[in-house]
Amino acid sequence: MRKATLFAGLVAGFSTFAFNAAQAVEIEYWQYVFDTRVKAMDQLITEFQKANPGITVKQVTFPYADYQTRVIAANMAGNGPDVMQLFYGWLDKFVAGGLLAPLPKDAFPHAKIESDFFPIVKAMKRGDDYYGLPTAVRSLALFYNKKLFTEAGLDPNNPPKTLDDYVAAAQKIAKRDASGNLIVEGSTLDMGGQDHQWWREVLIRQFGGVPYTDNDQKVAYNSEAGIKALKFYTSLQLEKKIGAAGFMDEGQAAFRGGKAGMTIDGTFRLGAFKSIKDFEWGVTELPANAQGVRSNYASYFANGISAKAKGEELEASKKFLAYITSPAAMDIWLKTVGELPALRAAALTEANLKDPIYAPFLKGLEYAHTTLFMDEQGQRQNAIDMANRVLLQGQSVEDSIKQAAAAEQEIIDSAKP
Amino acid sequence: MAAIEQQGAASGRPGGSPGTSFGDRFSMRTRRLVWVWSFLALPILFYAIIRFYPTFQAFYLSFTNWDLLRPAKFIGFANYIKLFKDPQFWKVFKNTFTYLIIGTPISLVTAFTIAFFLDRVRFMHNVIRALYFLPFLTTAAAMAWVWRWFYQPPPIGVINDVFSMLGIPQQPFIRSTDQALFSIMVTAIWAGLGFQIIIFMAGLRAIPGTFYEAARIDGLGEWAILRKITLPLLKPTTVFLVVFSSIGFLRIFDQVYNMTTNDPGGPLGSTKPLVLMIYQTAFNSYAMGYAAAQTVVLFTILLIVSLLQLWILREKK
Repeated sequence: MRKATLFAGLVAGFSTFAFNAAQAVEIEYWQYVFDTRVKAMDQLITEFQKANPGITVKQVTFPYADYQTRVIAANMAGNGPDVMQLFYGWLDKFVAGGLLAPLPKDAFPHAKIESDFFPIVKAMKRGDDYYGLPTAVRSLALFYNKKLFTEAGLDPNNPPKTLDDYVAAAQKIAKRDASGNLIVEGSTLDMGGQDHQWWREVLIRQFGGVPYTDNDQKVAYNSEAGIKALKFYTSLQLEKKIGAAGFMDEGQAAFRGGKAGMTIDGTFRLGAFKSIKDFEWGVTELPANAQGVRSNYASYFANGISAKAKGEELEASKKFLAYITSPAAMDIWLKTVGELPALRAAALTEANLKDPIYAPFLKGLEYAHTTLFMDEQGQRQNAIDMANRVLLQGQSVEDSIKQAAAAEQEIIDSAKP
Repeated sequence: MAAIEQQGAASGRPGGSPGTSFGDRFSMRTRRLVWVWSFLALPILFYAIIRFYPTFQAFYLSFTNWDLLRPAKFIGFANYIKLFKDPQFWKVFKNTFTYLIIGTPISLVTAFTIAFFLDRVRFMHNVIRALYFLPFLTTAAAMAWVWRWFYQPPPIGVINDVFSMLGIPQQPFIRSTDQALFSIMVTAIWAGLGFQIIIFMAGLRAIPGTFYEAARIDGLGEWAILRKITLPLLKPTTVFLVVFSSIGFLRIFDQVYNMTTNDPGGPLGSTKPLVLMIYQTAFNSYAMGYAAAQTVVLFTILLIVSLLQLWILREKK
């Protein structure tokens, strides 16, 4: 009996579905699986469909590791999404492959994009066209463990402001057992995490250089500043001994486990750290150098319209994209995912600027840089290897930088479409 | 069989109308063949489509610059030339053969030793055997993560904790360019051990007991029995396991990838096997043509190693 009812319901469901589809347009939205992101998008879709009764949006998700391959493969097969989420660093590949359509200028005028969004949205521009807009942006900040600060005799309400303060605080927090093994890190050191961004866009600039020139197509860190920045970074482990790469497997795990005084991480980590019960933690801006120079690395996932969306679907996609990059959508995204709104007006509200957690990230956005990666994984791996050569194999910083710069230039050149 | 192979038993039947039905037109032998082949066709077809077609496709792709996004263009041997000039490839090549050349003998000798003695143990025999077999049943990825935590530096790594209790200096294990490959190899050997022990024990059981009795009556020592009877008669088992385990080590991936996800194949590529390099070339850089060339090289290596082993360990007539 129950089976029969269920079956009848199914049939009814399918027939109404078919009926609706006949007169309404359905578009597909693709993103990768991340619990809060999927939930936020579900909510956005519900709101959007309420306002646009003729349009149905179907959300399709894939595991992050598969996501790019799926989008590219689906494009080849001709059944990809209408609106898709993409990391800003994949843009060149996606544009070269003809996956994305330039944003129509009537619906998304350039002047408005450039005045309303944070400047890092420039990374979505190629030639005269924008290819996507973000809902949310991410920046880095210094997370610190208030309990460990107190234990080390530091003021938990006065986190380090400069690199010197940072090193001094970390040295006070770091603890070793009788045989010299690290048991609590002053600060995590994890090039595979966010440290490579910190080194690339923050430390190099603070030591007076630039990581790249020519729109990030030319490696420029084989310089005095690059060497000083890497020396500073590797000395944290080798001389100042505030931490060790690989301690507790990953930097974020060490911090989460209460075994690290500080860690540099992004807005996307807030969700994971919010469930910490054992200690109170705080967030502060990334430390400035002695001259007060600050920098930050910002990144984002943007939403773009597929090149295959035409006619009714294109119109629906434009409406949907406009909605998910509106202040109302950003508010939902901030509350559900914890990522900062990409529109200045939505981000820099009084409430957000007073929020002890969001404020440091928002301040970082003002002076953040966004690396235009050509092969994000390759370039990240290159930075990991550069540090490891110094940390594990005792190579000199100068040689390691030289080798890394040459290798990265090759990665960039060979990834050019 | 002879009766079945007699020609014309069916078609020559008096009163039959030749050519009216399939069964009548052909001999029993032909019908049997058709019957057999219609069953065999399915797996063969399946294999041809699922295995051979992609294999040949890979050979073709290795001569192109396909990147998933744009149509493939034929570029001749450019991928192979690039590969042989790539220092990373030679490092990975060396790693792969280190896994093979050190891993295979160690795992086989260990498995044989355990099987040899376990064969004589009566006390809790089944329990011990099951314990050895257990790792083989577990997912490689899950085991790799457990070992990854075992290998951690203090304060969380179990092995280092034991070392510090015993007063042995702490070891970096998978954080060291010298130790990482061997640390991972140990886990791969351990994971495959159970299977090899079971196969060795089956081989040992298959040797007739009378040979041992005769040898003992003739006054042969244990060592001589092992050398003159057990090992020679165990040869088919050994050949099978050598080939099987070599292919396993040449294709090693799960353990390496899962134990080094932060820096896959690291540190500094010191644990990266060929399969991981292929994976990264294909699915991180999307250089499908280049990845296909690496796959062809791996295929050739597997073929040569397998043929070589079969030839070396062949029956001498």
